[in-house]
Amino acid sequence: MKFLDEYRDQAATQQLAAAIARIVTQPWTIMEVCGGQTHSIVKYGIDRILPREIELVHGPGCPVCVTALEMIDRAHAIAARPEVIFCSFGDMLRVPGSRGDLLGLKAQGSDVRIVYSPLDALNLAAANPARQVVFFAIGFETTAPPNAMAVWQAKKRGLTNFSVLVSHVLVPPAMNAILAAPGNRVRGFLGPGHVCTVVGYSEYEPIARRFHVPIVVTGFEPLDLLEGLLRTIQQLEQGRAEVENQYSRSVRPEGNRASRTLIEEVFEVCDRKWRGIGMIPESGYQLRPSYREYDAERRFSVNEISTNESPVCISGEILKGLKKPHHCPAFGRTCTPQNPLGATMVSSEGACAAYYAYGRHLEASPEGLATDREDVISLIPGGEGTLR
Amino acid sequence: MTARDPVIDGELLGVCPLPQSHYDRVVLGHGGGGLLTAELIQRLFVPAFGNEVLAALEDQATLRVGGDNGVKAPRIAFTTDSFVVRPLFFPGGDIGRLAIHGTVNDLAVGGAQPLFLSAAFILEEGMPLSDLKRIVASMRAACDDAGVAIVTGDTKVVDRGKGDQVFITTTGIGLVPEGRSLSIRAARPGDCILVSGTIGDHGIAIMSVREGLEFETVLESDSAPLTDLVRLMLESCPSIRAMRDPTRGGVSSALNELAGASRMGVVLNESSIPVRAEVRGACEMLGLDPLYVANEGKLIAVVPRQDAERLVAVMRTHPLGHQASLIGEVVAAHPGMVTMKSRIGGERIVALLSGEQLPRIC
Amino acid sequence: MCLGIPGKVVETYVEHDVLMGRVEFGGIFKRVCLEHTPEVRVDDYVLVHVGFALSRIDEVEAKRVFEFLQGMNQLEDLEVRSP
Repeated sequence: MKFLDEYRDQAATQQLAAAIARIVTQPWTIMEVCGGQTHSIVKYGIDRILPREIELVHGPGCPVCVTALEMIDRAHAIAARPEVIFCSFGDMLRVPGSRGDLLGLKAQGSDVRIVYSPLDALNLAAANPARQVVFFAIGFETTAPPNAMAVWQAKKRGLTNFSVLVSHVLVPPAMNAILAAPGNRVRGFLGPGHVCTVVGYSEYEPIARRFHVPIVVTGFEPLDLLEGLLRTIQQLEQGRAEVENQYSRSVRPEGNRASRTLIEEVFEVCDRKWRGIGMIPESGYQLRPSYREYDAERRFSVNEISTNESPVCISGEILKGLKKPHHCPAFGRTCTPQNPLGATMVSSEGACAAYYAYGRHLEASPEGLATDREDVISLIPGGEGTLR
Repeated sequence: MTARDPVIDGELLGVCPLPQSHYDRVVLGHGGGGLLTAELIQRLFVPAFGNEVLAALEDQATLRVGGDNGVKAPRIAFTTDSFVVRPLFFPGGDIGRLAIHGTVNDLAVGGAQPLFLSAAFILEEGMPLSDLKRIVASMRAACDDAGVAIVTGDTKVVDRGKGDQVFITTTGIGLVPEGRSLSIRAARPGDCILVSGTIGDHGIAIMSVREGLEFETVLESDSAPLTDLVRLMLESCPSIRAMRDPTRGGVSSALNELAGASRMGVVLNESSIPVRAEVRGACEMLGLDPLYVANEGKLIAVVPRQDAERLVAVMRTHPLGHQASLIGEVVAAHPGMVTMKSRIGGERIVALLSGEQLPRIC
Repeated sequence: MCLGIPGKVVETYVEHDVLMGRVEFGGIFKRVCLEHTPEVRVDDYVLVHVGFALSRIDEVEAKRVFEFLQGMNQLEDLEVRSP
């Protein structure tokens, strides 16, 4: 697949890893913000081909993970209503609320449906005028344009049986919170490539200046991640703290103007509570007054929610990059994807879930498998395992 | 598997070290072919029915029935399967065709010649008879094609709303030739692992016509009877240790079962695994991994190293094996675990799917 | 929030006053909203997230990292060759 496969080329990744090794002179701790970047790093073992001086810590870039428990409980309460068709992205279905998850609700007879796009939920509303269609609009800035488009179209087409439960979160306030937190070790960032595709990267300049950290807006494939890391480390070694754009095939400095305009039209900034971290001021989106009639929270008055979070879970520290999944005593034991205790295990993008998916809970050492695999690989006829 | 102490549930007869899932009701994940399914089988069914044959958990049970005066009774292979696929009719097949192929294949990969099937139908009040007729005709055609006959059956009807149009349960019996013994426990370090063709075709075909995830490209299920391919393989290579048809849970589930039962490790080579371009595109789009997606006309085989190349060549002469590939090997290291060497050279574990594979957004 | 993958635009059309397209991902075709990438033409590539095109992929920029790597290669060759 074009614009994908080329960025997974083995020779090129090795070249970049070698280039990094040549310039590193001291330890550096770098955080990648996006869950998709974490996933890629763990899937391809990128953290394991870097020199030992480089430590990668994983950021809170998993919107599913950081959706507040109260919001999840609200979603469940709405989904349980008989007149509602509750639509959500796939990975939200297993997020545990205070009492069970959406999948469990579906098992009890609630009409819960996975959709690929918010626009599909809108079409469901058009096709089912007698039902209330509610879409769980979560995400970072990346998902704001399609979510905004769904609401804007609902208004335009007069689809009054459509509403959205909004829990958008924003990256820059989270980065600020992490950098300002006591004990922070992060010295540089791989910036969120798709978030910046939408909103551009001007908001990151004040952060880079205030905390003196380089921020390189990076893509998601192995080559992107390694190039992003190389440029971040170059800056660190040279004592610079600037915003750079590695993902220039998709990101422009101003982002996508049409998207920004629509987001401005439909949403406004508000305070948001991040599961595992707490309240971060001005870190979320909510619907503007002119679109509040499409707000599911208002349409379905939900009683006082009392939440119940696991005391064992250290998600908060993982989301801030202070700890890694294998530091948690519950990881892979009492906390697994089918029985998640907290935010970072619930979604396939969360650090704990990514580590678990690629089997790191099964490894004897967190540093990795035995490095001497040459003996095994060479036994496969043809070296590549293919017969021609 | 690791140095850490497992959390043991005192009630269990099984040895699964993972903690109990917190569901007190059946959820979709229990049917996913991954960890939740395995837990349900190990914790509920196997202890309750308590016998050695079941506990071996092969795709089919091989039994000797009768036998007298010093004459060995023939070995009968016996298997059962239920089919609940939605939609009922999909590109490349339907629930009926799937039912026949699925049962025939379970027998075939155990080295048996499939002979007779039963078919039980649970019908929902209100299901159009024309649909049922179509399904039944399809089953007949599939039986003829596979050389088997449905010799007994049952029909039940449930109230409207209590059953999703039709569920089909099939049971199959076949004969295992004397001297043939296939078992996933026979795998040895150095053995090679083959797959008969591209993976993920069936699961993606189904997903492509499911609501909310439609693609325009018509991707066909790979549903097919493997008896003939298996016969060819066993004739040319009697040293085959074992075969499996990687249905629910995909190649990952089948290989994790293999690794677990044989207490061997498995190492896969990502670049050797054949995947159709469209299936790859769909998986990228949905954030799915083809290793976990169901197949219905493919098999994996474990064969001693020295016979591997020859077997692949033989398979490639057969229409259902023309993309047969060597995808990995059995190793002594990391027993019970499947790892994969990735495209960029790093190695990672291919863990058993925990529940249902859900499309990602992130 | 991340799962954005590149796809090729093979057709554009308007539905409910909104610009839409048929986009190809390695042989799979999907309907995608192109309202925020109105500059795209057939055969352009777009980055798609949940059925929505976020940006048009710049082919020139896409090559940049490979040119950089090639430059690195040449530099290494020179270093090796110099006495």
